[in-house]
Amino acid sequence: MVICNFMSKRKSKDVCLPIGECLSKVHTVLRQRIFQHQGKRFGVESQHKHLVELLRRTTIHGESNSALIIGPRGSGKSMLLQDALEDLLGIKQVKENTLQVRLNGLLQTNDKIALKEITRQLNLENVVGDRVFGSFAENLAFLLEALKTGDRKSSCPVLFMLDEFDLFAHHKNQTLLYNLFDISQSAQTPIAVIGLTCRLDVMELLEKRVKSRFSHRQIHVLNSFTFSQYLEIFQDQLSLPPAFPDHRFAEKWNENIKSLTESKMVKDVLQKQFNATKDVRSLQTLLHLALCRVNVSHPHLNPADFLEAFRIRNLDSKANMLHGLSILELCLIISMKHLLDIYEGEPFNFQMVHNEFQKFIQRKAHSLYNFEKPVVLKAFEHLHQLELIKPMEGLTLRTQKEYRLMKLLLDSSQIIEALQKYPNCPTDVKQWAMSSLN
Amino acid sequence: MEREETAKEKDMTCLEHHAYPEERFSELEKCTICRESQVSTLLSMFGERQHLGFPSIFVYGHTGTGKTYVLETLLRKLELPSAFVNCVECCTPRLLFEQILDQLHQHCPAPENEFSSYERCDSLNDFVRLFTRGILKQSLEKETFYIVLDKAEVLREMDANLLPGFLRLQELTESNTTVLFLTEIVWETFRPNTGCFEPLILYFPDYSKVELQRILSSDYPREYPAEFYSSYINILLGVFYTVCRDIKELRHLAALNFPKFCEPVIKGEAKESDSHKLWKNIEPHLKRAMQTVYLREISSSQWERIQQEDRESSQLKGLSAHAHVELPYYSKFLLIAAYLASYNPARTDKRFFLKHHGKIKKTDFLKKHEKTSNHLLGPKPFPLDRLLAILYSIVDSRVAPTANIFSQISSLVTLQLLTLVGHDDQLDGPKYKCTVSLDFIRAVARTVNFDIVRYLYDFL
Repeated sequence: MVICNFMSKRKSKDVCLPIGECLSKVHTVLRQRIFQHQGKRFGVESQHKHLVELLRRTTIHGESNSALIIGPRGSGKSMLLQDALEDLLGIKQVKENTLQVRLNGLLQTNDKIALKEITRQLNLENVVGDRVFGSFAENLAFLLEALKTGDRKSSCPVLFMLDEFDLFAHHKNQTLLYNLFDISQSAQTPIAVIGLTCRLDVMELLEKRVKSRFSHRQIHVLNSFTFSQYLEIFQDQLSLPPAFPDHRFAEKWNENIKSLTESKMVKDVLQKQFNATKDVRSLQTLLHLALCRVNVSHPHLNPADFLEAFRIRNLDSKANMLHGLSILELCLIISMKHLLDIYEGEPFNFQMVHNEFQKFIQRKAHSLYNFEKPVVLKAFEHLHQLELIKPMEGLTLRTQKEYRLMKLLLDSSQIIEALQKYPNCPTDVKQWAMSSLN
Repeated sequence: MEREETAKEKDMTCLEHHAYPEERFSELEKCTICRESQVSTLLSMFGERQHLGFPSIFVYGHTGTGKTYVLETLLRKLELPSAFVNCVECCTPRLLFEQILDQLHQHCPAPENEFSSYERCDSLNDFVRLFTRGILKQSLEKETFYIVLDKAEVLREMDANLLPGFLRLQELTESNTTVLFLTEIVWETFRPNTGCFEPLILYFPDYSKVELQRILSSDYPREYPAEFYSSYINILLGVFYTVCRDIKELRHLAALNFPKFCEPVIKGEAKESDSHKLWKNIEPHLKRAMQTVYLREISSSQWERIQQEDRESSQLKGLSAHAHVELPYYSKFLLIAAYLASYNPARTDKRFFLKHHGKIKKTDFLKKHEKTSNHLLGPKPFPLDRLLAILYSIVDSRVAPTANIFSQISSLVTLQLLTLVGHDDQLDGPKYKCTVSLDFIRAVARTVNFDIVRYLYDFL
């Protein structure tokens, strides 16, 4: 984005770049938007206002606050927080004396690491040094105290942002959360604790003492938009910004996107995607896949790109794996399917599968599939390795390979479907699969 | 095929003004046979060096479909900055992190530096910090850095934060990083309970028979014409294709059996074009190879020696033929008793082992569904008392329950001929299971002149 701005200022309005360079720019701009979430906000105006107001009260008036942003994955929680912070940092007073601490539940897996990280992000490593602290609270209090003395005028507000908040609740005794909320409750340094989580039941995870110190302010980010808004998001995500250097190309591109939004094929694809999930991130993945197909000889997106991208996104992975099996392995899978049909979903072992397979060979087929038992066992173990079958829990490790109880992780409809697609499937095998109770 | 070719050309023209010379592409194309569409998809996803890549790409496909190979050649040929890590080697997170950092800094543990790694890194938190710093230090901020995690299924069993952490590494490090996961297991089994950042899923399809033929034929020995080797591969696939599609295994078998195929030509019995004669010569040989080399019954070097010395290839006993174990007298009977206890239902003991068991109605005795099911369902656990009772009854002389007998039982357990079921009680009433095969126990019974089949319920 910065590059584009710079370019447009320097060059005159009617620059005409070679098409390769144009497309390279398109990729740069759109990939940045998709992966770094720089798009527009959608349907979160009230939440945004609420959050900005909350943070403003902490940073300007010195009020301590705590809030949780809750929403499913990919619903734009981090983006909402980032937007609010950007709005806030526009105010000069805030920009000068506000400190941010970003923690992530995935990285700071225990309180010791978290505390070290807080020290590091507040640039207090040299202050703490080798000092030994009695307790966690003492250490944290010291850190915040150091900030107070560091700034002479008044105490300096700190914003704590806890990504993957629910993982912090799994720490021992929830010491970090307790102390953060405790500081926000008692009148000390003004801090704001903002948690981001995708779990709706996050309150149940908190201990009673931690829960009572939390302000119970929750901001829900739900994907509450309709399909027509979804189409708008689609258009917005793919359109080039006005700052794009080659205006003529940008205009053409945007026009094309607009016509795409109205085309029936694209709408169908998007409707299917919308019905499966409303989250914007999976839409972005789809767009990225389509965008990958754009190159010099194919400079504009067309509906077929989206169809292809949708197809790639929605491949059935198990069916793919079944497609690559050898005929022997496929025969074993069919035997298992028969066993499941006969014994109504009871687990099976290799001996039973082999028995069933033998029945097929003796009765139905010619001796073409007459393999030795160890060869069959090798095929069976390969299926286990691919995790298409799974051993039942418990005492399986000590029994012989042949008698280990297994269950099949495939649906019979999946098997039938895979058989239809299987290249050069022998007819007798197909017939055998269809006749379920023989 | 032709369509794919043109798709690749498009990529070339698209990317030619950015650091990728054209000859590299043609080289790349030569190295990756039958993987053109995958390579072009990957290239279009990677984009140019300074473009942001997708945060994580999950590549799956069967064993031997060229996942590792294609990515390795792709990254090497285009000289993209990357780290290639096998997760099986890195059994702890620390090893994993340090290897990635080593490769980032082009540091190699060597005797000069006492095999130490570049930096010590214990947790994901440190890794993210050190990685970001390393990117800046190596001035790679402008380029995409690729981390390839091979055998990614191992990651699931490591720390719970590792997989989600790697999936969103781009966001965490705020750098242009793409993490590629290579595995043969589907994505559905990877997804953690609370969800994660969804990767882009890419499938490497299996090779078809034609493609296998093409790839295997490509490495023909130079002293023979290509068609000759190609016809050999055709015969080989005819035998093995129904059982095995793993290219590594097939290639190994092809290399191993080729001397035998050439034999008639060398001896002058057949000409190179005499395909029927050659086929007749090799086919039974390959069928035997399936039962021996394919199962690793006899090793490849043994197989080669047999071929050279021109012996009959089934003469040699395989590994499984050496299953005979020499045991003490009482141990043999203990094992037989354990086998009988495992595979016979307890209510039939009276009929088999009591001398005056009275009359048992035959219809009552033979329940159809129970018949033959014992050797199908596997061994059942039995208490120690039952084992001893059967032992006393099948040994003709008087057996004293000495410490010796009991220690032999526990040593049978350590030999894994018996297993202890449930560990709740070691002394008081332990339960056992017999884990030997029927062939094995028959051999043991024959040495003590005991007709075991007569006592087995399944074979009445």
